[in-house]
Amino acid sequence: MSSAQVTERQAPPAKREITTLPRFSDRVFRGVVSLMSMSSLVILSLIGIFLAYRGFETFRSQGIHFLTSPDWLSETDASGKVIYKFGMSAMLIGTLLISIVAVIVGVPLSVLAALFLTFYAPNSLKKFFVTIVDVMAAFPSILYGLWGFFVLSPMAEYWAKLINKYFGWFPAFHVDDPSFNSSPFIAGLVLSIMIIPIVTSVSREIFSQTPLDRIQAAYALGATRWAMIRTVALPFGASGIVGGAMLGLGRALGETVAVYSVLNIVYKINWHVLYGFGGNVASMIVSKWGEASFTEAKALLAAGLVLFIMTLLVNMGANSIVTRTIKSGR
Amino acid sequence: MNDENTNSQGDDMSTSTPSVLSSVAQNRAAHHEANSAPMGSGLEARGVHAWFGKHHALENVSLDFNPGTVTALIGPSGCGKSTFIRTLNRMHEFIPSAAMAGEVLLDGKDIYSSGIDVTQIRLKIGMVFQKPNPFPSMTIGQNVLAGLKLAQLKHDNKEELLEQSLTRAGLWNEVKDRLGVSAGGLSGGQQQRLCIARSLAVNPKVLLMDEPCSALDPGSTLRIEDTISELSKTMTIVIVTHNMQQAARVSDYTAFFLSDGGPGQMIEVGPTSEMFSRPRDQRTENYVSGRFG
Repeated sequence: MSSAQVTERQAPPAKREITTLPRFSDRVFRGVVSLMSMSSLVILSLIGIFLAYRGFETFRSQGIHFLTSPDWLSETDASGKVIYKFGMSAMLIGTLLISIVAVIVGVPLSVLAALFLTFYAPNSLKKFFVTIVDVMAAFPSILYGLWGFFVLSPMAEYWAKLINKYFGWFPAFHVDDPSFNSSPFIAGLVLSIMIIPIVTSVSREIFSQTPLDRIQAAYALGATRWAMIRTVALPFGASGIVGGAMLGLGRALGETVAVYSVLNIVYKINWHVLYGFGGNVASMIVSKWGEASFTEAKALLAAGLVLFIMTLLVNMGANSIVTRTIKSGR
Repeated sequence: MNDENTNSQGDDMSTSTPSVLSSVAQNRAAHHEANSAPMGSGLEARGVHAWFGKHHALENVSLDFNPGTVTALIGPSGCGKSTFIRTLNRMHEFIPSAAMAGEVLLDGKDIYSSGIDVTQIRLKIGMVFQKPNPFPSMTIGQNVLAGLKLAQLKHDNKEELLEQSLTRAGLWNEVKDRLGVSAGGLSGGQQQRLCIARSLAVNPKVLLMDEPCSALDPGSTLRIEDTISELSKTMTIVIVTHNMQQAARVSDYTAFFLSDGGPGQMIEVGPTSEMFSRPRDQRTENYVSGRFG
């Protein structure tokens, strides 16, 4: 190439457009799958538009108070006029607390379970446990809620007392009076169990892709299994775990029934996870919906829109982390 | 860059006669005799069999590796030589359904006997793999010292160990100014020498090399062969290779493996110069003269 230098370069030809004439059957199938894949986008947009349209009025009348005020009430003033005060800050904070508890408890459990399934469990046991975890994902959330209320609550109340006794100096573990039942902590515990399946299966998927040559390199250097996991598997899977945790967080943010059956919903801001009241946005909508007036229903739809956006953002964050992980190839 | 090396590698296998290879091997033997007293540990395989599930991959191999020698395992693909080398430091058992029989003695002690800590075995018997496998999330320096971290070893002077390991692997001059850079930026040959340095840092007595040059260019191959010659002064080396010139250049002893469709067997072992000049078995002669494989 170097010896045959051309002194004057010719302009390259125009690029050709490469096409093919699809067969009829292919065109039909292509149409069907495109339509179906569009449907989820269409449905999601329609829900968003519907919530925005119905909630718009509430946003206008309540303004920023809708996000910052904890009160959710309707009063009749002296002239007989009904005044609505809608604020969801108490519920937003509750959502946050419950989700954080769920992630802090659920993610380590799931990651450890995934490590066991990938690197320790014999094949037969692995199949059995994977099935169990899948069943957990398909389990109706009301059953988690009922079990949480009747079985987990009394135990968790005791744990909450212990945490309060020894770590009460930490602001989040403070309680004003010894009321530990139906706290965000307990709701978070129930939720942590509910996010285990998704986080476990995402982590397991990532761990199972750990390159064999790196695993062998570690073992050949005299690594114990734990040392191999720490030096090879965890760094390799780190971003995948974060992605899985975000997906779990997405689920925790929107969970309704389980939280509704465990929590004592009170419209007051509560930053103390162990203290026995709180609520989250989804459970508030469920608890108010049945007896809501027309105006209040619109406010609940507005709250729904806020939840919708929150969940969307978290899921988009999770997706971008997972995609970046795959692209970088580690 | 390494034209003279390229030529030596580029020889057509079929044209190389046993006599050419044996003269190379004799040079190698003379070189080795000039060395000081050999070190390293002795390794002894006794009646080793290996299975993958029901597949009997290796049958009754007994082979001695004397301290401070280089032994090449040669043979066509599928003859069980890689399986065999992996039984020598218990890497074989990582493959699901893998099984073995027989004994492997390191300084007279069976590495498969119960009550043995396998991580200690692998510290004494290091391994270099076919494909360079540095840890991509670590720097060059961290890679070399990764074994200390993985095996939870203490070392007083890590700087010195780092330089010493890289020097023994013949890589120090190329990387001494960029020890803090990610290992992913090195060439394939440099990565393989980095992996050798990483194995050396935990001070093994035996080094197993499973086709360490098969993924490398001829120039890098020659550098690694030089490294092997240097290392053989201080340790016992077992190398699997598909390249008979390489076996002739680097090894003191050569073992020929073959599978006749059944489990792989060791056909013959002897000093490398003899294996290439006057093999006892007809099958060995056919293979080393390039008539098959």
